[in-house]
Amino acid sequence: MEEKKFAIIATKGTLDWAYPPFILASTASALGYEVEIFFTFYGLQLLKKNMDLKVSPLGNPGMPMPMGMDKWFPILGLALPGMEAMMTSMMKKKMASKGVASLEELRELCQEAEVKLIACQMTVDLFEMDTAEFIDGVEYAGAARFFEFAGESDICMYI
Amino acid sequence: MADFDEELDASGLNCPLPILRAKKALAGMDSGKVLRIIATDPGSVKDFEAFAKQTGNELMESGEEGGKFTFLIKKA
Repeated sequence: MEEKKFAIIATKGTLDWAYPPFILASTASALGYEVEIFFTFYGLQLLKKNMDLKVSPLGNPGMPMPMGMDKWFPILGLALPGMEAMMTSMMKKKMASKGVASLEELRELCQEAEVKLIACQMTVDLFEMDTAEFIDGVEYAGAARFFEFAGESDICMYI
Repeated sequence: MADFDEELDASGLNCPLPILRAKKALAGMDSGKVLRIIATDPGSVKDFEAFAKQTGNELMESGEEGGKFTFLIKKA
């Protein structure tokens, strides 16, 4: 049986949105899929050695707020200095207490499982990003490179 | 519960870690050997069924003991 293929485009660079690509990629590879993730725009943050990602309650009414904070801090309150850092730290603590893997761990598991990580060269140039800040083993390429794999994939998603 | 060759305690770990750890443990085992997995993630019940179906490793037993879920998987 030929290996199934799973292609992902990762476009988001926040703590919460960093999870789906790494969870799905690592799980798919455990199930025997060949996986490639193409990181573009803010998704490139997920390739940095020091990820340091944040989660923001701003513009995100679906985010569960601890201790009824949404009642005490209506939208403008969420923009207060320190609010993002506080929510990020609370989210990280909650994840650790529930046995949710860290992003670093999931990313490592992906690399161990030979999930191919491709960085969008155009975004690197656009934001003048320093590739020395990225983890090793990343391939730099363009949209055509993504289609080479995605065109033959069984599952393809945009996150 | 039937005999097993190796055991993996995935208690306290959440999706997808129990599956990933199980995959790793199975990779180091010979065909026909049995891995016993202990997990506390309620989602792992359906996940191990799906894992077995898709990887060809046989899910011999799936049960619950004192709030923990246990699985026996035979490596294909």
